[in-house]
Amino acid sequence: MNTATVSTSTPLNAAGAGAVPRSRFDAAPLLLVAVLAALALPMVGSVPTWLTLTVAGLAMGMIVFIIASGLTLVFGLMDVLNFGHGVFIALGAFVATSVLGSMAGWTSADSLLLNLGAVFLAMLVAMSVAGAVGFAFERIVVRPVYGHHLKQILITMGGMIIGEEIIKLIWGPQQIPLALPEALRGSLVLGDTAFEKYRLLAVALGLLVLAAMLYVLNSTKIGLLVRAGVQDREMVESLGYRIRRLFVGVFVVGSALAGLGGVMWGLYQQMVVPQIGAQVNVLLFIVIIIGGLGSTFGCFVGAVLVGLMANYTGFLFPKIALFSNIGLMVLILLWRPQGLYPVTNR
Amino acid sequence: MLKQLLSHDLPRSRWLALLLVLIVLGLLLVPFVLPGSRSLNVAAKILVFIVLVASYDLLLGYTGIVSFAHTMFFGIGAYGVAIASSRMGADWLALGTGAGLALLLSLVLSLVIGLFSLRVKAMFYAMITLAVASAFQTFASQLSHFTGGEDGLSFRVPEWLTPSFEPLAQPLFGVTVDGRLITYYLVFAVALGLVLLMLRIVNSPFGRVLQAIRENDFRAEAIGYRTVVYRTLSNVLSALFATLAGCLLALWLRYNGPDTSLSFEIMLDILLIVVIGGMGTIYGAVVGSALFVLAQNYLQDLMRAASGAVEGVGLLSQLISPDRWLLWLGVLFVLCVYHFPSGIVGRLRQAARAASMAPPASTPTPVQAAETAPVR
Repeated sequence: MNTATVSTSTPLNAAGAGAVPRSRFDAAPLLLVAVLAALALPMVGSVPTWLTLTVAGLAMGMIVFIIASGLTLVFGLMDVLNFGHGVFIALGAFVATSVLGSMAGWTSADSLLLNLGAVFLAMLVAMSVAGAVGFAFERIVVRPVYGHHLKQILITMGGMIIGEEIIKLIWGPQQIPLALPEALRGSLVLGDTAFEKYRLLAVALGLLVLAAMLYVLNSTKIGLLVRAGVQDREMVESLGYRIRRLFVGVFVVGSALAGLGGVMWGLYQQMVVPQIGAQVNVLLFIVIIIGGLGSTFGCFVGAVLVGLMANYTGFLFPKIALFSNIGLMVLILLWRPQGLYPVTNR
Repeated sequence: MLKQLLSHDLPRSRWLALLLVLIVLGLLLVPFVLPGSRSLNVAAKILVFIVLVASYDLLLGYTGIVSFAHTMFFGIGAYGVAIASSRMGADWLALGTGAGLALLLSLVLSLVIGLFSLRVKAMFYAMITLAVASAFQTFASQLSHFTGGEDGLSFRVPEWLTPSFEPLAQPLFGVTVDGRLITYYLVFAVALGLVLLMLRIVNSPFGRVLQAIRENDFRAEAIGYRTVVYRTLSNVLSALFATLAGCLLALWLRYNGPDTSLSFEIMLDILLIVVIGGMGTIYGAVVGSALFVLAQNYLQDLMRAASGAVEGVGLLSQLISPDRWLLWLGVLFVLCVYHFPSGIVGRLRQAARAASMAPPASTPTPVQAAETAPVR
């Protein structure tokens, strides 16, 4: 997680950076990703197919990472695991159905620019709605139960039930199709390899979010405070920073990211059901358990691993594809019981 | 005698005692007071849920472990009976074999899950069990040649338990005695026995250790109890009781499928009942299940009527439409966790204590402890 150095303008910090040895970056989990991809190549047997599968896996991993990053950050910072995180995903996806549904002119137009515009607008609206609801959720539901793990699990589970019902109230209980705009359908053929256009977009967006997150976390003062808060909350508070306010911000951003991920997941599946939250929850938990609870970079590696694994096994052994994630989780926990990148202070 | 039977864990509230007597009498007399298949079905479902929820309470309320894999064991029990009966034919041997094998499988699985992951934090355990349970559900619906897949399995039960079996020539108190009635009383007797057994367990020294672990596992460990062992035992016991509840369900329905015993909705129902009824009190499971299943079956009718009355008011009629009853339950659940963490049973006992103004008992009751101590 601490790959980049913290560069602030104060000379004191610059001097201090030399004094404190940087912890060595642990590359073994990244190697695991490479090993998994390399192992899959001879089993798949054809390079173009393997490339297609890898891109699909990366796309899925990126979407899951976007959804899970907020969850794991909140856990790391405030020791709150939000079992209701899935509601924001569903919310984002359903908002997207409404926005895209009302913009038929843009989505059916034969112009990539207008199509992308519609999708980005839907994402923007979904993120704002999910962020706003996340703000209310934190105030009303989560705030009274800090420090009580059992109550947190129960309350956020209750929040998920209520959220799912409200979504059914607004959009109805049936599944809603969420079609991709014209220009994003189909695949791009390069040589022998076909890449689905939307998956390429998802990978690009995921890399963008990852880069933005790493930048904010590692190179800005807010990121410094968040990371410090994850390490030692009391210390940061006693230095005069209001970690509470910071946390609300993280929660809102996390919810907004879940909303964004919801839009992407909905477009990936091409349809949305109110139960999507509960379905994705399982995947999210697997990802953050694999990555190490509270670790952002671990969450990224975990998501990519899960995405690749799901796509490779889905192609090679469709029968066991649904258990591959659980199997992966068990194997990784046997190797590293605290996850790939354990947050050391817990 | 009664004290012995209830393991000295009396209701300790006049209203609670009255409520319990009402529920037990109601369940006992339902075939005679309210003849008809619907009321009998509702009563049988209440009985199954009482056992299932009480077994979950052993884990959540008494030991403070949050698990989402409870429906897995419930499903194992139901599938055990269903698979054995549909393969070996409709006799008692099949029922026994199914239940026995299901118990064995639950024992092994719960032991493995327990030893593997009970040493980790509450949240970690909750997440791992959620993942395992969802994998098991997929597993059950994938193995279609064995479990019937999504369609499930219908099977026949021993002749004595079939509706066509009528041992008495004359109706008894105006009710024809048939196999369904016998099945119902079989379920009733087994459920009663299991609940009393669970009361016995939680009020034994072993149960006290579980409560000590719930309150402060660090201190319990320091006193000298191997908390991992106790947690694992609690996990195993709870799984076994849930398996038996599953057997009862399958026996009553003569059918089992993934949605009847494995779905996540059932897990949510269990959670709602435990919290609303009262955590850490086996009686909470009884009161909660009775209220919940009754509400599920009859409140929806009421809501249908009410929403019909305000038809056209738009949002209001949608809010009280019967499909949205889970919304109100969710709200009730959240309010319960905030304001009545000890549930209905805890509230009643508290009221009784306040009314009697008796000097406080020398040992804190589980509910007192749950009210004052931070819940972890």
